Amino acid sequence: MGSPVDAKDGGVMDLFSDVSDFVTDPANWTGMITRTLDHLWISLSATLVAALLILPLALYLAHYRRAEFLATSLVNMGRAIPAFGIIGLALPISLALGLGVGYWPTFVALVALAMPPIFTNTYTGVTGVRRAVVEAARGMGMKDGEVLIRTEIPLAMPLIWTGLRVSAVQVVATATLGAVVGWGGLGRYLIDGFAQGDDAQVLVGAVAVALLALFVDALFAVGERFLPGDQTADRFSSVTA
Amino acid sequence: MISLVDVTKVFPGMDHPAVDGLSLDIAAGEFVVLVGPSGCGKTTTLKMINRIIEPSSGEIWVDGVAATETPAFELRRGIGYVIQQIGLFPHRTIAENIGTVPELLGWDRPRIAERIEDLVVRVGLDPAMLGRYPSELSGGQQQRVGVARALAADPPVLLLDEPFGAVDPIVRFQLQEEFLRLQEELSKTVVFVTHDIDEALRMGDRIAILNVGGILEQFDTPENILSGPASEFVADFIGGERGLKRLGLRTVGSVDLTRGPVVDVRSDVETARDAMAQYGTEWVALLDGDRLLGWVWGEDLDGQLTDLEPHSFWVELDPESTLRKALNAVVMTRSRVAVVVEDGIYRGMLGLETIAGEVDQ
Repeated sequence: MGSPVDAKDGGVMDLFSDVSDFVTDPANWTGMITRTLDHLWISLSATLVAALLILPLALYLAHYRRAEFLATSLVNMGRAIPAFGIIGLALPISLALGLGVGYWPTFVALVALAMPPIFTNTYTGVTGVRRAVVEAARGMGMKDGEVLIRTEIPLAMPLIWTGLRVSAVQVVATATLGAVVGWGGLGRYLIDGFAQGDDAQVLVGAVAVALLALFVDALFAVGERFLPGDQTADRFSSVTA
Repeated sequence: MISLVDVTKVFPGMDHPAVDGLSLDIAAGEFVVLVGPSGCGKTTTLKMINRIIEPSSGEIWVDGVAATETPAFELRRGIGYVIQQIGLFPHRTIAENIGTVPELLGWDRPRIAERIEDLVVRVGLDPAMLGRYPSELSGGQQQRVGVARALAADPPVLLLDEPFGAVDPIVRFQLQEEFLRLQEELSKTVVFVTHDIDEALRMGDRIAILNVGGILEQFDTPENILSGPASEFVADFIGGERGLKRLGLRTVGSVDLTRGPVVDVRSDVETARDAMAQYGTEWVALLDGDRLLGWVWGEDLDGQLTDLEPHSFWVELDPESTLRKALNAVVMTRSRVAVVVEDGIYRGMLGLETIAGEVDQ
């Protein structure tokens, strides 16, 4: 690690050379790999758990056209409550449940953060499927579940996928805050860097989080190409997304 | 096959019923058209038959079973359904679209594939399209797929809601013709909704004319509706030119044709002049055996008939042509007759008197 005194007194060139020293020092490699994997793991598991929790509810409510107010207000709520606040809320809950500090409050906060985009995109996607297509599906004799699985979900898939993508990227960026409540991940570099006045470490952490977010975004972009069916199809009754 | 008994539908929040105490009996194999202005409840009526819309009161029977006593999905699998917006599944290929109901019914794959192959040809589509997606097809082609999809499980009943409303007039005419031909082969019980009275007159065995609020004004054959509208509303709705519309319902084959001033090309000039005198014309038509060669002016008759160059008749009708088309031929040709030829064989001719007589009856 570069000395805090150097970083404080040095110029931009010194900062870059400190970063370079940090990154090329084999002593830091294990830590970087572990923190990246931890960060990735908590992000993906939180997104997945959020999807498993909220997708069935969103699909059910959208299929039966229930809770339209909830659907529109939830996304705004998600935007209005800062992630930092959710972590602050999750911490006492986690302590009360005896789950301690660190991983669990972070995980709970990330799950809560991941749900609104998945919910609203799924809801908008399913309710936006052309009415004629759904009516035809019913008219052919599909049961509610069949209409949902054979028609509404495949047609809403691009929007549902976008919801997952937005959530995942947001979660990767926000998982950084886990370090505040004593968890690891790439946020450690930022928190520790700030605490030690080590700008190089802060920069390494920030860039690593940004790269990881881009990487996850790219994964979803590639995945989108493998969604089944005719992706150019005229799916929705109007522009809904 | 289908019975509506005192069926009423009141939508929530509406003061007046959309359909008010409607009763209809539709026989097996019958093609019934529901027609009327917007707000007459024709689409609501249609959609109550397969319970896309639930009736507020009354009974609906389909194939001897009370519609409301059967689970909706089961009822619908036995009823073909075609809507104006077509509603093909955009994420599924044409083949998958057509195979929807057989798949729901759990047919095995080879049977579904065979059925799809058969249907695609029947509705006049190129089998090469089976692997494509709906967005790659024209409106007319999409609606053919819609009809094929409705027929897939060979349901005894077909419901069609303005099926040809969204295509241009030329394609609409083709689709109507093809559907009528298909219906002749399949003899389904068809309920067909349209706002176009001419389409109704062309397609239906019987037509139910509905007034705003779901009031049945008249339920009868096109011929009877045109010759005896039951109310002022019906008379207004079918519009002017009722005589012409009636001519549009009759075929040339259904009236007695006259032989006309026709002689064999190998006859002599005297025979030709006798034929002209008999019919009071100034021209004579020439035949080679059964084949119509054309016609010549009486003043040109000289020497051998075989030496003359006959004018061809401008319009030749076949027995399937309508009397309306025959009337058009009469007024458009100098000879003032319409000639009828079937498979190259001369059948006879008809003039204005014959045509007008059909409307008088």
